[in-house]
Amino acid sequence: MDERITDAVRVLPYYLSQHVLLSACALVLAVVLGLPLAVLAVRHPRLRWPLLTAAALIQTIPGLALLALFYPLLLGLSALVAPLVGGSLPALGFLPSVLALTLYAVLPILRNAVAGLSGVNADVIEAANAVGMTRRQRLLRIEAPLAAPVAMAGIRTAAVWTIGGATLSTVVGQTSLGNYIFSGLQTENWIFVLFGCAAAAALALVTDQLLGLIEVGATRRNGWRILAGLAGLAVGTAAALMPLLGGPARGYVIGAKNFSEQFILAELIAERLEREGATAQLREGLGSAVIFRALASGDIDVYVDYSGTLWTNVMGRHDVPPREAMLRDLSRWLAEHYHVEVLGALGFENAYVLAMRRERASALGVTTIAELARQAPQLAFGSDLEFLSRPEWSALRGAYALNFRAERSYSPTFMYRALAAGDVDVISAFSSDGRIAAQDLLVLDDPRHAIPAYDALILISPRRSADPVLRRALAPLIGAIPVERMREANLMVDRSTNPVTPGEAARFLAGRLGPKAAGPQPP
Amino acid sequence: MSAAPLIEIDKVSKSFDGGRSFAVREASVAVRAGAFVAMVGASGSGKTTTLKTINRLIEPDSGEIRIEGMPVAEIEGPVLRRRIGYVFQGIGLFPHLRIGENIGITPQLLGWPTAAIAERTREVLALVGLPEAYLARFPDALSGGERQRVAVARALAARPRIVLMDEPFGQLDPVTRDAIGSAYRALHDQLGLTTIMVTHDVQEAVLLADQIVVMAAGRVAAHDTPRALMASRADPDVSALMAMPRRQAERVRAVLSDAGNGDG
Repeated sequence: MDERITDAVRVLPYYLSQHVLLSACALVLAVVLGLPLAVLAVRHPRLRWPLLTAAALIQTIPGLALLALFYPLLLGLSALVAPLVGGSLPALGFLPSVLALTLYAVLPILRNAVAGLSGVNADVIEAANAVGMTRRQRLLRIEAPLAAPVAMAGIRTAAVWTIGGATLSTVVGQTSLGNYIFSGLQTENWIFVLFGCAAAAALALVTDQLLGLIEVGATRRNGWRILAGLAGLAVGTAAALMPLLGGPARGYVIGAKNFSEQFILAELIAERLEREGATAQLREGLGSAVIFRALASGDIDVYVDYSGTLWTNVMGRHDVPPREAMLRDLSRWLAEHYHVEVLGALGFENAYVLAMRRERASALGVTTIAELARQAPQLAFGSDLEFLSRPEWSALRGAYALNFRAERSYSPTFMYRALAAGDVDVISAFSSDGRIAAQDLLVLDDPRHAIPAYDALILISPRRSADPVLRRALAPLIGAIPVERMREANLMVDRSTNPVTPGEAARFLAGRLGPKAAGPQPP
Repeated sequence: MSAAPLIEIDKVSKSFDGGRSFAVREASVAVRAGAFVAMVGASGSGKTTTLKTINRLIEPDSGEIRIEGMPVAEIEGPVLRRRIGYVFQGIGLFPHLRIGENIGITPQLLGWPTAAIAERTREVLALVGLPEAYLARFPDALSGGERQRVAVARALAARPRIVLMDEPFGQLDPVTRDAIGSAYRALHDQLGLTTIMVTHDVQEAVLLADQIVVMAAGRVAAHDTPRALMASRADPDVSALMAMPRRQAERVRAVLSDAGNGDG
């Protein structure tokens, strides 16, 4: 069997259990929230419009954005309540995911329950009053059973949405079946992507069918169908959650951004920790801003970031000092402001560079960004998803007065594809990316030093700064990965023929940790 | 000889638009125990509103309703309604409950023992002339007339002394309507009920009721026996309304005699 399928199946119980736990919690919360709100909306017609509109508004926010919004929201909330409860709320992972999915699932439940309750025949309501039912008795004995089929249809819709939407929670660091999809997209592991989609779809289908059984049971007043549906849901959920019982302790949480090098380095760190007898779990696919704050607040323990990224994005600096000076200032500043420790540099740089196909560049006579700027109005620029909103881009554009005919964003893999296909002429590449050599790209010089240095640094969260296991495990990595080695590992994952998983590339790197490279180290 | 009335409607007024117009205005009616009272009047004359104030399905703005001297406003609505049977044009059987469960609902709300509910359910089903096999059926398997019989059974299940009816047979075809009307009148006598029935059909009122209350524009225009009202000339509106059955009977007789002549 394909090694990627074996890999996918190996992590399935864990991904599935996380996915089911998240979806089930969100759905139950949405039902618990949505049904009483529906009763409220039906009893107080004045509340009906605001409630339904609010729920519909939430629906219009894209799922990914809603998840992302909960991160700063919870951070703010955590800062508010921390003095009161003496602890902080986790702003990454399960909590933001479950809250966002719950809000998302409320609308179909609320709307259908309102429709179901309003649809109960007025004569039946009058009869219920006339035989002497209290409002509560009328709701429980008459309105609820009669509204149940329509309300159940809403719960079914919500369930399918929730299971689908839960795949997005990977982005805020919650493990789900989305981990297959996001890491697969980055590493062009289409088996992973398909596997993730198929697993989520199968889960949604099975859940929908079981809920459908309950719906039919409610419509036909068939208690057996309802029981069978409930039993199926209970057994399925319990079975899916089994791996969570007696699973490994939480251990160290390693963060990774959303590209191959980050996946490989996270796996490498995990491998080092496991070699020291510790357990580790990965939170992959986090955005640049989210991941640093997650580290500062202790949601993750360790990850690799790049000096230039921190310099411009976290410190908000626009000057470009020499490499060593930047590293020194950065380390001091992070320790002072966030109690985040820079453990050391890995030995390579992964800078943002502008790259072109070599023959295209020579045809245009371009070797530097300054030369590029003159031709830019005729050229199309492709970037990754965040470059255009990063300060580096403003700095670059300001320094060279860059003004392209078109600017398009891609996920990194598709960005290289777009360049190869000629859809764009210039891309924002990563200097450690193996595809620069593999696709024979020309990296344009930056004569005005608009882009700072990007030394890869291991960062440690405040609460792990005195952790001896972590230090012992990661010490061999410091200065041990030259850029050629990193490019090689990246290319193993990113190449279109015979790619390997990030885990395998990490094992390749682990076996070839070099003699200490000569790059700068923080004090 | 006349004892205190069982139901007293005392100067009851009700407005649905904050006092600009009144659905019922200072209506007073006294009903003695055992009476069968029909309330007639044009659409919008306030008869249904008046009826519903008795079991507090509608709260009056002013005035008072007393049952055996006790103001109904002092009894909780659901508690009051469990003691009073109610049958209306909409029938309102609970579609998700079997006929037996529908009939037994008020005894169940009153906390009767299960066995007593089952026995009473069979008893009232027989009273309204339906076979016992119907107990396990759902309402949608019954005809309109059968459903209204079930509604009558449901109203009688908890042994109420008072039954309120709002156009109870309005949705039924004339033959069924006549049959159920007469059957109910027999039950009224047999069980010693006190019935107030709202109807727009004066003929039905004359044929079934001991007394007729005529309502016009929210007020009680007349209250007397059918015979007295049909003879009265006091109020032109009332006499016009009460002349209807006789006029219809005369027209029917004319048609019959014409048909007889034609045949001959």
